Amino acid sequence: MIVRILGEGQVRVDDSAVSELNELDSKLEAAVERNDESGFQSALDELRARVRAVGRPLEPGSLEPSGLILPGEGATMAEVRQLLADDGLIPG
Amino acid sequence: MVALMGVMKRVSLIFKSKANKALDRMEDPRETLDYSYQTQLELLQKVRRGVADVATSRKRIELQINQLQQSSDKLDRQARDALAAGREDLARDALTRKAGVQSQLSDLGTQYTSLQGEEEKLTGASQRLQAKVDAFRTKKETIKATYTAAEAQTRINEAFTGISEEMGDVGLAIQRAEDKTEQMKARAGAIDELMASGALDDMVSGPRDDIQAELDRMGASSGVDAELERLKGELSQGSAPRQIEGATGAANGSAAAAGGDVNPAQVRPADQPQAGDGA
Repeated sequence: MIVRILGEGQVRVDDSAVSELNELDSKLEAAVERNDESGFQSALDELRARVRAVGRPLEPGSLEPSGLILPGEGATMAEVRQLLADDGLIPG
Repeated sequence: MVALMGVMKRVSLIFKSKANKALDRMEDPRETLDYSYQTQLELLQKVRRGVADVATSRKRIELQINQLQQSSDKLDRQARDALAAGREDLARDALTRKAGVQSQLSDLGTQYTSLQGEEEKLTGASQRLQAKVDAFRTKKETIKATYTAAEAQTRINEAFTGISEEMGDVGLAIQRAEDKTEQMKARAGAIDELMASGALDDMVSGPRDDIQAELDRMGASSGVDAELERLKGELSQGSAPRQIEGATGAANGSAAAAGGDVNPAQVRPADQPQAGDGA
């Protein structure tokens, strides 16, 4: 599974590690659902730390799309909400 | 309400749907490969301009930090000078201003670090995008040379989605950097105005510097006093008593005309060497 951390690039993660990441992601999503900014930040930091720890960076010229995309350092909950909105933040 | 599938999955789907919409607009994908490549090159240019903008903004902050530091150092010296001259009121004034300058400095320091971080991120984004654009160019030439339109469609999808994801990521990074740079420009402009108005550091600009003016005035008047004493000393040593009387009177008259505050009782020939040294 390929995971992108926005602003940092892509890593490849063994399938065995994906369920652990999904659990952390559920915490993240729950924080967004209950509008809990500090819970959101700590869940996001934890998730990013785990992705960095278990992931191996992709070769720079790879054109493979990512299965999972993670908001980058400094992202706020408002930005993530916008990202998830239909006509989200992503330019183009 | 969206079913719980995790934030990461949802974000990746948003990116994919953007890429798919763009792909759907293509008729013969081989022709649009070139168009897409053009867009990628434009984005690369934009990231590079973004890096340059952030660097310019960072350098401007650096310059302001240096100016404010000089201002702070000067205020510190002035406070010492004022205190040495027994002017605690002036020293307090200088230290109060120094505290204001220091608070600006610490703010700017934080902003500077944040801009540095932005610059690093954009530089990294630019390098990653460059690598992917190069890979895409190679792939596009292969696809154009080797495949029919129908075959090319599937070959292109993955490459296109991959590069489109990178472009979306880089686009977000540029937006973020632009926002920060704009904020910093506004802030740097405000500090420039503050400096120009003299509110922050008129002590650096010389003639407008009221603390320095006061210290200079004190220094100048003691210089005039010393000069007067020297003159009086010369006259009293080299002339007959009668002439001394008249000469001393003339010296006092010119001192009064120069706005000096000379007490004839201070005229003591014995002070002459020290007074001369001090002038």
